[in-house]
Amino acid sequence: MNKGWRRAVLIAVPYLWLLFFFLVPFIIVLKISLSDTAIAMPPYVPTFSLSEGWSGIQNFFSGLDFENFAWLLDDRLYINSYLSSLWIALVSTFLTLIVGFPLAYGMTRAPESWRPRLLMLIILPFWTSFLIRVYAWIGILKTEGLLNQFLLWLGVINDPLIIMNTNTAVYIGIVYSYLPFMVLPIYSTLDKMDDSLLEAAIDLGCSKISAFWRITVPLALPGIAAGCFLVFIPAVGEFVIPDLLGGSQTLMIGKTLWNEFFSNRDWPVASAVAIVLLLLLVVPILIFQRMLEREQEGSK
Amino acid sequence: MIRRLTWFNATALTFGFTFLYLPIVLLIIYSFNESKLVTVWGGFSTKWYGELMRNEAMLDAAWVTLRVAVFSASIATALGTMAAIVLVRAGRFPSRTLFSGMVYAPLVMPEVITGLSLLLLFIAIGLDRGMLTIILAHTTFAMCYVAVVVSSRLVTFDQSLEEAAADLGASPLDTFFSVTLPIIAPAVVAGWLLAFTLSLDDLVIASFNTGPGATTLPIKIYSAVRLGVSPEINALSTILISIVTVGVITASLLQKRLVRRGYQVE
Repeated sequence: MNKGWRRAVLIAVPYLWLLFFFLVPFIIVLKISLSDTAIAMPPYVPTFSLSEGWSGIQNFFSGLDFENFAWLLDDRLYINSYLSSLWIALVSTFLTLIVGFPLAYGMTRAPESWRPRLLMLIILPFWTSFLIRVYAWIGILKTEGLLNQFLLWLGVINDPLIIMNTNTAVYIGIVYSYLPFMVLPIYSTLDKMDDSLLEAAIDLGCSKISAFWRITVPLALPGIAAGCFLVFIPAVGEFVIPDLLGGSQTLMIGKTLWNEFFSNRDWPVASAVAIVLLLLLVVPILIFQRMLEREQEGSK
Repeated sequence: MIRRLTWFNATALTFGFTFLYLPIVLLIIYSFNESKLVTVWGGFSTKWYGELMRNEAMLDAAWVTLRVAVFSASIATALGTMAAIVLVRAGRFPSRTLFSGMVYAPLVMPEVITGLSLLLLFIAIGLDRGMLTIILAHTTFAMCYVAVVVSSRLVTFDQSLEEAAADLGASPLDTFFSVTLPIIAPAVVAGWLLAFTLSLDDLVIASFNTGPGATTLPIKIYSAVRLGVSPEINALSTILISIVTVGVITASLLQKRLVRRGYQVE
């Protein structure tokens, strides 16, 4: 085997796999989103089939219609789902940052010997099933659940709080599930920080609090940005959390897509929903990819 | 010393870790509850564990899940390691940007989209849905995680070792198996474990791509949870959490040893 040939095989195997199982499926989704609904198996009328040759291609372009997308624009349900997904993801990302930053900061201030163990404790929940961690909250947040029992016993409240099946429960679920994604990148930037900068600032008369805001926070920004992307992007398309913790009035696009697909069996509309969701996320995903690549090049 | 554990930091740590662990601890405690009402304590009992062991459907689902996870993690590790080498070592080739985009995008792609698009692919090529389709789907998204984990190890290690081996007459394959692989081994192992748990956990992608006879544990748990909280699910969760905890701790101890050996090689 000569060198060039081996290199070509090395590149081709993962490349072709991703091309076939990642890129081609998207082209199919795009195609189906432009076709008509049919009551059959599969429940859509194909817009394009290769076997028809050139006339097939002509039919493809004449048969293209944006009916499903027009439908998405027409029906308030979809627009509201998109907007409310973005809003819920934004609020939860912010809340995750509020909870995650002090935690990451505290970890870098803990004694050196604790740190590997603390890091392990952050990573451990990430390995345990997502579904189970969301499930654990149902027993806590239910009207007759543990949180209400505890608060009633304390006498803080007289009537149980209604948290389950509201957006509040969804926020709690997202913050809880995605906390490690926020803490880890912030921790790694804070840990790499050069402490002499802080010492110099304090020597020069800067107060500890303003040194924190003017040195620590700006230096931690790459970690904060990475953490926010890692929480925001998957949260927008989240299905399990709004489905199990949210109520019927909680609109999130992942849930709408799921229902469109599994309950209404409307595949073309489900595909159109997926395409629009992807378009919403393209910009954040590209920014995130740039960040990852830059980091890889930086550490070289 | 500027890094000190002030009361503020200690509070942040206590609050953060309580928030992370209290729900899991409560879940475990209530798996030993005698009462069928999950949130009312009725005395200590292990009867739900017995009940679980007699639940044939649950055990079948566990067996399916385990097989899917082992197969998909193994293929994903091979493909992901190759992808990492391509990203870090192969230099420039046509459409490299497309390649790195395809490696990074699945990491942040909403699962509903990945699941739906793969299902439509399997229908388009006429592949019946079942265990095979779940394995293919899991392999695809897990290989990207493996690629990221392995490539972060590849960028940090000293390439002159490989050059030295080549200068001393080792063939490229020999160099890979006797120099490169031992050094990146901890990352490869971590990648496999990550791929394995991702597969074990996945509900959304598996739901889209499942077929008759291929019900995985998360699908089973999800349909049970939709009907309400049940002590049997608490018991199952406790078992899964224990397995993962033991696994992760063992793996990290093992990895420490591998890393130490890796450094000796370097």
